[in-house]
Amino acid sequence: MVHCYKNNGYNIVLDSNSGSVHAVDEVAFDVIKKYEKKSKNEIITETLEDYPDVTKADVEEIFSDIEQLKADGKLFTEDKFRNLELNIQARPTFLKAMCLHIAHDCNLCCKYCFAGEGEYKGDRSLMSFEVGKQALDYLIEHSGTRRNLEVDFFGGEPLMNFNVVKELVAYARSIEKEKGKNFRFTLTTNGVLLNDEVMEWANRECYNVVLSLDGRKSTNDRMRVSKNNKGCYDLILPKFQKMAKARNQQGYYIRGTYTHYNTDFSKDILHMANLGFEQLAMEPVVADPKMDYALTDEDLPVLKEQYDLLAKEMCKRNREGKGFTFFHYMIDLEGGPCIYKRISGCGVGTDYMAVTPWGDLYPCHQFVGDKKFLLGNVFDGVHNQKIINEFKLCNVYSREACQDCFAKLYCSGGCSANAYHTTGAITGTCNLSCELHRRRVENAIMIKVDEMFQNADN
Amino acid sequence: MKRIMTVSTRNLTESAKKGGCGECQTSCQSACKTSCGIANQQCEALKATK
Repeated sequence: MVHCYKNNGYNIVLDSNSGSVHAVDEVAFDVIKKYEKKSKNEIITETLEDYPDVTKADVEEIFSDIEQLKADGKLFTEDKFRNLELNIQARPTFLKAMCLHIAHDCNLCCKYCFAGEGEYKGDRSLMSFEVGKQALDYLIEHSGTRRNLEVDFFGGEPLMNFNVVKELVAYARSIEKEKGKNFRFTLTTNGVLLNDEVMEWANRECYNVVLSLDGRKSTNDRMRVSKNNKGCYDLILPKFQKMAKARNQQGYYIRGTYTHYNTDFSKDILHMANLGFEQLAMEPVVADPKMDYALTDEDLPVLKEQYDLLAKEMCKRNREGKGFTFFHYMIDLEGGPCIYKRISGCGVGTDYMAVTPWGDLYPCHQFVGDKKFLLGNVFDGVHNQKIINEFKLCNVYSREACQDCFAKLYCSGGCSANAYHTTGAITGTCNLSCELHRRRVENAIMIKVDEMFQNADN
Repeated sequence: MKRIMTVSTRNLTESAKKGGCGECQTSCQSACKTSCGIANQQCEALKATK
């Protein structure tokens, strides 16, 4: 499948099955768009009419280039990966990542929290060291040949149970060598309890730190509030700035959520970039459509425009040497994931599981609290293999709506939790998420094209 | 090619031959948690050869 689009002055051709990207001029853009729909003679005639300065030899040369790219497997390639789906379904799966819900409690009560102020439809609870240790042992035991094991301390607010977090990391470090594993820890925090001790510990032990901030003070403080409805911006911002600096602007994300109330979210991202943060992420809110802050299909045109504005500004700043990273635009075209990863997706319920404070296993953090998805627990293991098998079969080819989508190998069919909450099926798709993701992929690729031209200029 | 410039990209067909080691980062361990940012992840095998 070939996707042709215009973005920021570039004519871009994405050959989605090979992952090849081409930047072309107007004439070649039109010829490629018509290539499979019309005869060569028709295309030549129309092109000569549309572009008086172009000769027949010019169009013949474009045809020759297209044929060369086809022969090289870089244009109009067929989907040869569907047969891999069978291998992926039959493959042994190893657990390699765990989201430890170290605290089902929170010191903020953000209005959009999908965890329901950290409680996930359950009681407030903190994970004990014994449960956490068992979870780490379970992870090692079920990780097979995987060496890199990822553990995310999540909540609620993980720093409300910081002592156990520290103890678990110390335990993991004490056994990782003998077990032949390499633990990578991520701490996600709202920043309220962030202090010098935590920073020093996180900078030593954590591969990644995710710091929650929604952007401008007015945006952040509308949603991210304390129990007495006070916004947290002033409290957390200086700590986050200190943390980012202490990590040399690497191995962290400032992660925000945007809602119906800040559909101009590019301003929030740029606000955070202007504050000196260089690693930024911003996600659309996950919400019941009935909520006033939920995004709607009517918001889509504005949201897409915001992603475009952001991408253009990032190109400008890159050229000025003031660039920053935006999570959804960090597509690595040369060193990105292999086709197996692109087909199989995030690993929900197979490579990745979430653990509640009392040790229950769920396919991922977004399913926690929904008893239909309870897999088992870290003491007795998985007893609901049926659900695991459903996730094992869940991949980009099991989602009907993805088959004609140019972006399918960039999102693997999207988030199963979003799909489930929108359609009732983990193999469904969420239209709003898909529309946004397609635009993000287009922009991410445009930025790479811009970099190519920038490098050519220098 | 005069009118077509190709960006350097990973050959996905080639990646089918040796890929699938499963060592790359789980996307929800980075920053998304609510979407599926597969293409954002780096290949651990390629990273190791750099």
